[in-house]
Amino acid sequence: MEITLDLIVFIVLALFIVVSAVLAVTTKRILRAATYLLFVLFGTAGIYFQLNYSFLGAVQLLVYAGGMTVLYVFSILLTSSEGDQAEKLKPGKMVAGLVSSLAALGICLFVMLKHQFLPSSFEHGELAMRTIGHALMSTGKDGYVLPFEVISILLLACIVGGLMIARKR
Amino acid sequence: MFDFGVVTSWIHAQLTSVMPEGLAVFLECVAIGVCLLLLYVVIAIIMIYMERKVCAAFQCRLGPQRVGKWGSLQVFCDVFKMLTKEIIIIRHSDKFLYNLAPYIVILASVMAFACIPINKGMEILDFNVGILFFMAASSIGVVGILLAGWSSNNKFSLIGAMRSGAQMISYELSIGLSILTIVVLTDTMQFSEIVMRQADGWFIFKGHIPAVIAFIIYLIAGNAEVNRGPFDLPEAESELTAGYHTEYSGMHFGLFYVAEFVNLFIISSIAATVFLGGWMPLHIPGLDGFNAVMDAIPGFIWFFAKALFVVWLLMWIKWTFPRLRIDQILTLEWKYLVPIGLLNLLLMVVVVVFKLHF
Repeated sequence: MEITLDLIVFIVLALFIVVSAVLAVTTKRILRAATYLLFVLFGTAGIYFQLNYSFLGAVQLLVYAGGMTVLYVFSILLTSSEGDQAEKLKPGKMVAGLVSSLAALGICLFVMLKHQFLPSSFEHGELAMRTIGHALMSTGKDGYVLPFEVISILLLACIVGGLMIARKR
Repeated sequence: MFDFGVVTSWIHAQLTSVMPEGLAVFLECVAIGVCLLLLYVVIAIIMIYMERKVCAAFQCRLGPQRVGKWGSLQVFCDVFKMLTKEIIIIRHSDKFLYNLAPYIVILASVMAFACIPINKGMEILDFNVGILFFMAASSIGVVGILLAGWSSNNKFSLIGAMRSGAQMISYELSIGLSILTIVVLTDTMQFSEIVMRQADGWFIFKGHIPAVIAFIIYLIAGNAEVNRGPFDLPEAESELTAGYHTEYSGMHFGLFYVAEFVNLFIISSIAATVFLGGWMPLHIPGLDGFNAVMDAIPGFIWFFAKALFVVWLLMWIKWTFPRLRIDQILTLEWKYLVPIGLLNLLLMVVVVVFKLHF
């Protein structure tokens, strides 16, 4: 297998994602965990950009890195006092966590190794914005208008709920 | 019009003739990165000098005078002073996040900076979802500011960071809505394409009423987005000393400072690109002689002239209006700018559907 620039970039991104993901779950301070999570999301966006799917990469950055992580950091700042550290895990919990993560790893490996992947066809050039828009808003066979509307109703419900909790009585 | 793409494709051809494709692409990426950072620094220095001179003019002062002709070397001296200063490490702070925060802010700023088309064929990141990517990149900076405020273990920094976060998240909405108004008019999100569509008139003229409203909303929201007066609450000196970067010293403070000024330039140049035609010269359909004369001026001069004009407008606003309170800022955004922006988007859709634009 020859070494191409694409492969090197992929390996660097993959190592970055794996190291940040491991650090995110092993660190004791919750804000550091949120920061490592941000790095994982950056790396994932990088892989999308490498696959030339810049729309998904930009959405990943906008929604997860710019939205969710900010929300996490905000809520951590508002709720936890600083110097807050996770308590030591009890041996029982440690064993349970280890077993469940090993099981998850096993299932993932099983699915990935058994699955017959389609031969990878790398298309140069980006997907047209118009195609994505039509797919999102169409009601036909491959249309996503129903999930789109359901999500908007869910978000509306979240806003109303947040207002209910936060309003002055 | 001079097409810079000729130069880049010539360099690419020269490199690929002596080495494999992958290595050539890698070398080009490194070279572009170095050029990008150099341009970033140069623009930061120009912006800081301009800020000091413009501020002085509005306050009937002279500004920097001693170093160099008209004080033009003052900022270079300041940069070297900043580079030699000690970086203080705060006790009981989260050192990892404390050292990381300025770099997240710079990363977001450089990523947004790379989207700007400077000349024909001289754009670095030119995705077909360019505007979406620009907004994504500029939204990351908030994380850096929040981390900076939290990790420096100082309650005033934390308050500054919280204010800044609330303000930047809110005003991102207005920026998005006002740019979307223009996207409705152009039906493209690619920056180079947006500039090309303005060959027969800039969008602020083609889109008339809704475009002007969107431009004004964009200027207000952009000013708030980069935390500059009258929205400079996060660093209100009288209440919070310096906000989220109080505890930073030396070049770490310098990075925040530089990022703030270049963000001002980025906001202005996006305004220039989306509303005022970017590097596209002023063309009036029908007057061919006039258009030919305008075409003789290179694109990057048009671009920098427009961008610096918008920068000057924002500086004028900053040094004229008093600072707002935090509740006033959030009221302005959520009760006025967002509804107006939504209605304006609807108005633009009506204008486009009934072909009322030029």
